[in-house]
Amino acid sequence: MAGASELGTGPGAAGGDGDDSLYPIAVLIDELRNEDVQLRLNSIKKLSTIALALGVERTRSELLPFLTDTIYDEDEVLLALAEQLGNFTGLVGGPDFAHCLLPPLENLATVEETVVRDKAVESLRQISQEHTPVALEAYFVPLVKRLASGDWFTSRTSACGLFSVCYPRASNAVKAEIRQQFRSLCSDDTPMVRRAAASKLGEFAKVLELDSVKSGIVPLFTSLASDEQDSVRLLAVEACVSIAQLLSQDDLETLVMPTLRQAAEDKSWRVRYMVADRFSELQKAMGPKITLNDLIPAFQNLLKDCEAEVRAAAAHEVKELGENLPIEDRETIIMNQILPYIKELVSDTNQHVKSALASVIMGLSTILGKENTIEHLLPLFLAQLKDECPEVRLNIISNLDCVNEVIGIRQLSQSLLPAIVELAEDAKWRVRLAIIEYMPLLAGQLGVEFFDEKLNSLCMAWLVDHVYAIREAATNNLMKLVQKFGTEWAQNTIVPKVLVMANDPNYLHRMTTLFCINALSEACGQEITTKQMLPIVLKMAGDQVANVRFNVAKSLQKIGPILDTNALQGEVKPVLQKLGQDEDMDVKYFAQEAISVVAQRLRKLDFPVKDSGEPSVPRADKNHFPRPTVPGEDMGKGPVYQLRGDTRDTLAQLEIAELVHFSQSTD
Amino acid sequence: GDLRSGGGSVDVCRERLAGLVADIISTVEFNHTGELLATGDKGGRVVIFQREPESKNAPHSQGEYDVYSTFQSHEPEFDYLKSLEIEEKINKIKWLPQQNAAHSLLSTNDKTIKLWKITERDKRPEGYNLKDEEGKLKDLSTVTSLQVPVLKPMDLMVEVSPRRIFANGHTYHINSISVNSDCETYMSADDLRINLWHLAITDRSFNIVDIKPANMEDLTEVITASEFHPHHCNLFVYSSSKGSLRLCDMRAAALCDKHSKLFEEPEDPSNRSFFSEIISSVSDVKFSHSGRYMLTRDYLTVKVWDLNMEARPIETYQVHDYLRSKLCSLYENDCIFDKFECAWNGSDSVIMTGAYNNFFRMFDRNTKRDVTLEASRESSKPRAVLKPRRVCVGGKRRRDDISVDSLDFTKKILHTAWHPAENIIAIAATNNLYIFQDKVNSDMH
Repeated sequence: MAGASELGTGPGAAGGDGDDSLYPIAVLIDELRNEDVQLRLNSIKKLSTIALALGVERTRSELLPFLTDTIYDEDEVLLALAEQLGNFTGLVGGPDFAHCLLPPLENLATVEETVVRDKAVESLRQISQEHTPVALEAYFVPLVKRLASGDWFTSRTSACGLFSVCYPRASNAVKAEIRQQFRSLCSDDTPMVRRAAASKLGEFAKVLELDSVKSGIVPLFTSLASDEQDSVRLLAVEACVSIAQLLSQDDLETLVMPTLRQAAEDKSWRVRYMVADRFSELQKAMGPKITLNDLIPAFQNLLKDCEAEVRAAAAHEVKELGENLPIEDRETIIMNQILPYIKELVSDTNQHVKSALASVIMGLSTILGKENTIEHLLPLFLAQLKDECPEVRLNIISNLDCVNEVIGIRQLSQSLLPAIVELAEDAKWRVRLAIIEYMPLLAGQLGVEFFDEKLNSLCMAWLVDHVYAIREAATNNLMKLVQKFGTEWAQNTIVPKVLVMANDPNYLHRMTTLFCINALSEACGQEITTKQMLPIVLKMAGDQVANVRFNVAKSLQKIGPILDTNALQGEVKPVLQKLGQDEDMDVKYFAQEAISVVAQRLRKLDFPVKDSGEPSVPRADKNHFPRPTVPGEDMGKGPVYQLRGDTRDTLAQLEIAELVHFSQSTD
Repeated sequence: GDLRSGGGSVDVCRERLAGLVADIISTVEFNHTGELLATGDKGGRVVIFQREPESKNAPHSQGEYDVYSTFQSHEPEFDYLKSLEIEEKINKIKWLPQQNAAHSLLSTNDKTIKLWKITERDKRPEGYNLKDEEGKLKDLSTVTSLQVPVLKPMDLMVEVSPRRIFANGHTYHINSISVNSDCETYMSADDLRINLWHLAITDRSFNIVDIKPANMEDLTEVITASEFHPHHCNLFVYSSSKGSLRLCDMRAAALCDKHSKLFEEPEDPSNRSFFSEIISSVSDVKFSHSGRYMLTRDYLTVKVWDLNMEARPIETYQVHDYLRSKLCSLYENDCIFDKFECAWNGSDSVIMTGAYNNFFRMFDRNTKRDVTLEASRESSKPRAVLKPRRVCVGGKRRRDDISVDSLDFTKKILHTAWHPAENIIAIAATNNLYIFQDKVNSDMH
């Protein structure tokens, strides 16, 4: 197994009489059946190289038959194969031979893994465009028919995605057959096939003649929308959007609306959820008249649905619904027909509903204008700012910019402040983290005075939070604030407070000073850095905790580029040299790393480097010693439990005690 | 049912099992066609049997189940956060509807559900460019042209591969899994919660039932079994340790804490005792194939419920009423907590469930006849008709009767399965699997 791949690293071995250029290709071909999935995958991804080397004829007669039977492989290999084959037309001899690609793709379209099937269908759709009309009827349409009448539902589901690509180019007789076949799949025995048909209904409708849409698609839509399985019915709602775009207002009223009305009142919450979720799309497709007469009342029902998921989905659509209404009536419609329901939702029992509403409600202020916002929306914002659920409050605060444009943030500031303070001191560190991230935005909108008066102390308090992630975020926050308010502000308000912490008895706080300096030095510029920050950093080189000392080395390396050469040569270098002789291995390592960086910079500035042996030592060191596992690094990476993705859902999740690793010396 | 041991299959299966599965069988399940039969055992292994096609040369071999594939589904694990050992024992196996030439099944232990794919392969690629089939490198000077591998027929090989692992969904022990008729979701139930999964998504599941009280000291009942309705994708039922069944409609709400129907039989005050609650705990619930009825098993009875009648079961059959006087000793040796399963035949006219002493019981719902049969190596000679057994209660004892006191409570038949269409049953008796089939059925051939 390994033989071929080992050789692959030494192409020179293919000497002798053999053809040198064949060698890499031979390796690729052999690895198509290697036992290692990764090697097979690599080979499949270079399939075009193999095909090019084989030439179009051998690709058709040898490679494709082999690939046709390669359906037993791992899903990821099959996925790569399905993708490759979509771009293979040129490699098998152009459009005249595109049909040669159908057999392997047909097999791939029947495997059990949905992702592979979908990719095979996508490639088949691509290839269908390269068929001549004759070839399409001779090869492609029969393939679709075979799949559509296959024994297993996997092949029939794949067929559903292929009708729309062959229909427009088929002859009338074949078109009738295709329509018939699609119809029968819509009433297939298995729900999987009916679902596939329902999800492709809209796409198929778009390529049909208008008459066929009315006579053929609408009845299918109606029957799928009343399927016994709600998983099928909810997909019909999606199709509704596409079908509606094709029909005239009158037809919509008689052909589509009865079904849509039924869906909005379906017994299954999942179907109603789908209507709520797609509401603005439906609204656009149905046009203003039907919206006013039918959709708004339906929407009111969805806003007070008995299932919270439905209410949340509907609440989420409120803003877009408002924006899509005709400009002349939208204020009245929202004020009279939607706002009463929104008021109810503000005190909903379910927090997901409230937070969905909170994420969009601010957007209504631009639609309703200043007076309405102050009179009607403001009380709602204020109520939500006091909500018991932090997510609701956060959603309001994160969208403050919308309301700022309309009424100015001052209107809110009285209520805003307690809400911010409460979030800033929330027991859950993820909540605190979330509000920190909005600080720069708030600072910009509230202005420097308000900020200094009310919020500055919060920002400083976060620096000594007991959770590392918060301290880290607080540090970054300071940098952003300085970028916003300027260096003078920094010098007067922030820097002194940060520097005081250098004398804190807690070594974690002393390190925070260093982290802040790392973050702030660039924003503050050379003068402040040299005059105010550097002395403190240098002083901390004598700290008794090793973690602090090696962070001094790291900080010096970091702020080095900002300092001038005198400071570097005269102050930084001696301290680093001293740290380079530290008893702690980690301190030594980082000091030596910093020395080499600083020395490099000095050389670049043409400063005579006197101590010649110096730069080479740490480098040699680095080669000899594998990089140590640095205790401080654990903390540098933040909390041990870093949840993936959107943390909003998990706000309520675990509270983390950070991991502190002490080096040899103790505090 | 006139049943006899299916020609030779008993011995064949048992012998093979003895070699392959020396462990206690923990679940038995036919697939949707009945062509395959899967067993799971205490050692985390799954053994799949395939029904041999009929052959003219050996007419008696028809219907025999032979080992098709064996694989290790679960391994013992250790939960370091809770300091708990997780057994590898397979609690349940469920077949997925067949979607192409491959078969798929879900298997679960206490915590983790796995989706397996079983495929046949009868071709293998041949021909390398740079080496021969034995793997020896060729002399590179002889390689002058490219060779594409060719697929050649080979002996049939059954491959089993893990497709998905659904982990971390359960805090308590999983007691049932059930595939929805929509064929894209399934549910898993533990003592206190039921989760809904999408078959293609492993990192997220939806909690649809949660009966965990805010304070665990208020806990009075646990979920014992759960199943989806065979046709209506929105309906499922779960049974409880208090003897009730709750039918839930997923259309009504995302969280099905409120049942739409509660099936419960009022307790008979005259039969009330210390053991009443324990023996009324439902150990298994199965929808009939028609979807109209539910079958439940508690310690002493099997009951048939009509979905349209919540007040009481429409039929109640005594499995071993003679144990009613022995409950005290059964409590002491923990037998009273045994979880017997129950099964419908293909036409929903006969029900089957296990008992002690390697006995199992069948009840004909139309004729009201019932029979006790024994699954044992001695009593079931290949192709012999099984003799009905009788447990004598009173003084009169007929020949061949067995007295209550001589029942062996260590030999229990907990897991049984009925072929979906034919009269073929699979009985797991500790580490033996017995397959019996209807005599009439095989005589027709």
